[in-house]
Amino acid sequence: MRTDPVVLTVAFGYLALLFVIAAWGDRRAEQGRSVIGSPTVYALSIAVYCTAWTFYGSVGRAAEFGPSFLLIYLGPTLAMLMAPMLIRKMVRIASTQRITSIADFISARYGKSSSLGALVALIALIGITPYIALQLKAITLSHAVLVNYPQAAEFRLAEESFWTDKSFWVALVLAVFIILFGTRHLDASERHEGMVAAIAFESLVKLVAFLTVGVFVTFVLFNGPGDLFRQVADSPELVGALSLDAVPGGAIGWVGTLVLAFLAFLTLPRQFQVLVVENVDERHLRRASWLFPLYLVAINLFVIPIAMAGLLLPMGNGDPDSFVLTLPLSAGIEGIPLLVFIGGLSAATGMVIVETIALSTMVSNQLMMPLLLRSKRLHLSSQGELAGWLLGIRRVAIVLILLLGYLYHALIGDSYSLVTIGLVSFVGAAQFAPAMLIGMYWRGATRAGATLGLLAGFLTWCYTLLLPGFAQSGWLDAAFLEHGPLGLAWLRPYALFGLEGFDIYSHALLWSLLANVGLLVGVSLFTRQTPVEQTQAALFTEAMNPGLQHTSLWRGQTTRGELKSLLNRYLGAGTTARILSAPQGSQDDETPAPPALIARAEQALSGALGSASARVLINSVVRGEALDLESILSILDTTSQTLEYNRRLEQKSNELARIGEELRAANERLRELDRLKDEFVAMVSHELRTPLTSIRAFAEILRDNRELPEEKRVHFLEVVVLESQRLSRLIEEILDLARLESGRLTLNPQRLDLVALVRHSVDAVHRLQEDRGVSLAVDLELDEAPVIGDPDRLEQVIINLLDNAGKFAADDDPRVRLHLARHKQSFRLSVEDNGPGIAPDERERVFEKFHQVKRHGAASGKARGRPRGSGLGLPISRGIVAHLGGRLWVEDAPTLKGASLVMELPEAFDSHRPRI
Amino acid sequence: MNASGSHARLVALIGLAALLFSPPLVLVFDRPPAAGLSWLPFYLFVAWLLVIGLAAWLMEHRQEDS
Repeated sequence: MRTDPVVLTVAFGYLALLFVIAAWGDRRAEQGRSVIGSPTVYALSIAVYCTAWTFYGSVGRAAEFGPSFLLIYLGPTLAMLMAPMLIRKMVRIASTQRITSIADFISARYGKSSSLGALVALIALIGITPYIALQLKAITLSHAVLVNYPQAAEFRLAEESFWTDKSFWVALVLAVFIILFGTRHLDASERHEGMVAAIAFESLVKLVAFLTVGVFVTFVLFNGPGDLFRQVADSPELVGALSLDAVPGGAIGWVGTLVLAFLAFLTLPRQFQVLVVENVDERHLRRASWLFPLYLVAINLFVIPIAMAGLLLPMGNGDPDSFVLTLPLSAGIEGIPLLVFIGGLSAATGMVIVETIALSTMVSNQLMMPLLLRSKRLHLSSQGELAGWLLGIRRVAIVLILLLGYLYHALIGDSYSLVTIGLVSFVGAAQFAPAMLIGMYWRGATRAGATLGLLAGFLTWCYTLLLPGFAQSGWLDAAFLEHGPLGLAWLRPYALFGLEGFDIYSHALLWSLLANVGLLVGVSLFTRQTPVEQTQAALFTEAMNPGLQHTSLWRGQTTRGELKSLLNRYLGAGTTARILSAPQGSQDDETPAPPALIARAEQALSGALGSASARVLINSVVRGEALDLESILSILDTTSQTLEYNRRLEQKSNELARIGEELRAANERLRELDRLKDEFVAMVSHELRTPLTSIRAFAEILRDNRELPEEKRVHFLEVVVLESQRLSRLIEEILDLARLESGRLTLNPQRLDLVALVRHSVDAVHRLQEDRGVSLAVDLELDEAPVIGDPDRLEQVIINLLDNAGKFAADDDPRVRLHLARHKQSFRLSVEDNGPGIAPDERERVFEKFHQVKRHGAASGKARGRPRGSGLGLPISRGIVAHLGGRLWVEDAPTLKGASLVMELPEAFDSHRPRI
Repeated sequence: MNASGSHARLVALIGLAALLFSPPLVLVFDRPPAAGLSWLPFYLFVAWLLVIGLAAWLMEHRQEDS
């Protein structure tokens, strides 16, 4: 059963099954019934983290270094716990920016820089290719162990040439698989549904295979874990195998490996691919954040039993990396080793598939596209579609990456154990962490800082891990490991600056991250960001800000036609039509493209070509400032946003306070008006009743006493007539007042001469005043006083003033003086009397309705035959004067020492005459 | 439970996990029983499962609420 044909049939049959599953997944996706739209499938696809290195290497590491293998999985557990915060933000950014890979992510964060993207892609290529080689090596090795057992595998390996090496053919089959299912869409930011389905299946296979062998070893080879550990406890050389002493670097190495695994889990290109790019729903992160760690526990559960069993049982083949295979083989079981081989194959192929897709996307989008866009020749011949080109580049890249991996595997061969290569790659990938993580939370990180930090970290990694690795493989003289280059001991790669006591990975991680973070932060503090960088930095750091969703970021101008030809050239006609088929707006090629359409076009290009190239292309057709930087920054600037919010809040509360004050005042005024209204009604009734009562009384006397003397009858009738006149005058006044207050008083303003009007009014009242014994003095300083006014109403005012003055003049020798004079740009007419005057606090009240100044000795006044006022004359007068733009007020009389009522009216200017 | 409350719980859980997986506590459990292997791996698995259990409770519980 372990013959080559059977093993090969099973292995390639398994690969064929992967094709079927992937094809099924893709077809379901096309039908709209996605199979990967579940958090469980998502968690299983993340388990691509467990590679052949986990499958075979964990046992080896446990056998050699005790519990330190667990750190490789505790780190990701910590990372997944942060998924609802950290990874969710990454997913959000990637979906809004159409990010295709971690290189694209970092390039987009730092102003869509193509050079930074290329740097990341290069580092990934150099750092990850050995890791791919490691998977191929695992396939070759496991196949050799399976077929040759109990003969040691190494004997045969050296003799094989590549066409008999199974991993070469596996690599080729994988290349076909990846080309078929990894490059179906040009848009690399779209999900590879079939591929993810296959990966999730592979995760199940490797878990089942490992659990099977674990159960077999623990419960079949031994009588359960109790028996196993009792036997371990009995063998003195194994005591202490699982304590911290076995961990390289001790406590420091422990923490270093934990941090390393944490960072690498987030930054390995394949992890970024499945975690971020292939995520279909942010909500899946919640389930995955505990389900994936649970998967890790399950796959690690039997690592220690298998390792201990392997160390206990005397077997000819002592390589701990192969215990998973050799233990069941040693028991003479046939089926389980084959299952284990398939499990290892699934772990290796899963990793190779995802890693190759991620790397090929980086190579095509971050390395090749910027070069192609720069070359003149391509621009001239770019009238045709470039969509095919792009996919072609990606496919060639896939084949090249796999070949490179195979080459590395063939060349460096056996010098490294599985774990060693894996951890070297981890430290390489961890160099992306500062640029990515710091960039996501610190807006000030600049491109220069990120580039220099990455370069420094990468170089440190090369010096402290990669070169020593080459040296140990015999490619370089290993002497410099011992004594340092040129004999400089402080430059020894494994003890840089004399730092000893660390394991080599923690040591490399410490120095590389120190250089990386130090330069990133330090340089960022002293460099400035370009506008695009600022925008991108803001968009990344504030990705979870809900205000972002509704911002239109484009301000530049282009036409639909130009956009169309650009998209056609790069994405093909079908995609272009889909992007341009806007539900609204004109379809005419000459109309300007709306900002939303430009943004959509850039996103589509980003998904296919990477953000840096997309930006270059969009800028080639869009005129003017492409991004509305100000508005974005203003939206995103949380500080200013909060300040603005506070300011507005304060404004609002001030406004509220003011409105409240106004309301209170209005309420006060309304109450006052209500009170005045009540008073007014009472007054009016009272005023109307007085004349009515006397009319009625005299009329009744006349009716009841027919034999009244004629003289009395005439007198009574005269009183009735007078009182009726008074009544009608009162009613007239009330009506005037009502019109004044409601604003319905109709005035007939015209240019008139106040002097003439005064003379006319004086003539009208002169007789009456003389009858009352009032001596009236008229003092007109002017010959002419032009004003704008209604002559009838003004005359009414003047007569009213004179009449009032006559009433309040002194009882003995009552005198009234009218004086008209110019005062600045107006005329003042004052009417004074020699009465008792009005106290200052009473002066405004005389203008209240029905207010009557109490006279000392009113009775004698009545006796003098002066009629009582209605109390409405002055309010009406003031209203009329105010309507004409003048004023009316009370002051002390300058000459007669009584009260003086002053009316002021503005001078009317004649346009024909110059101003005086 | 409101969003900030569950957020705070998650942060606390991350802190707890980091603490459980790191040296000071790890050293405490790194001692062999009377005879045989160190308790360390056993402790790690228990702590690990505890953290996962808490995370599962927190995530699924929160999902129902929101």
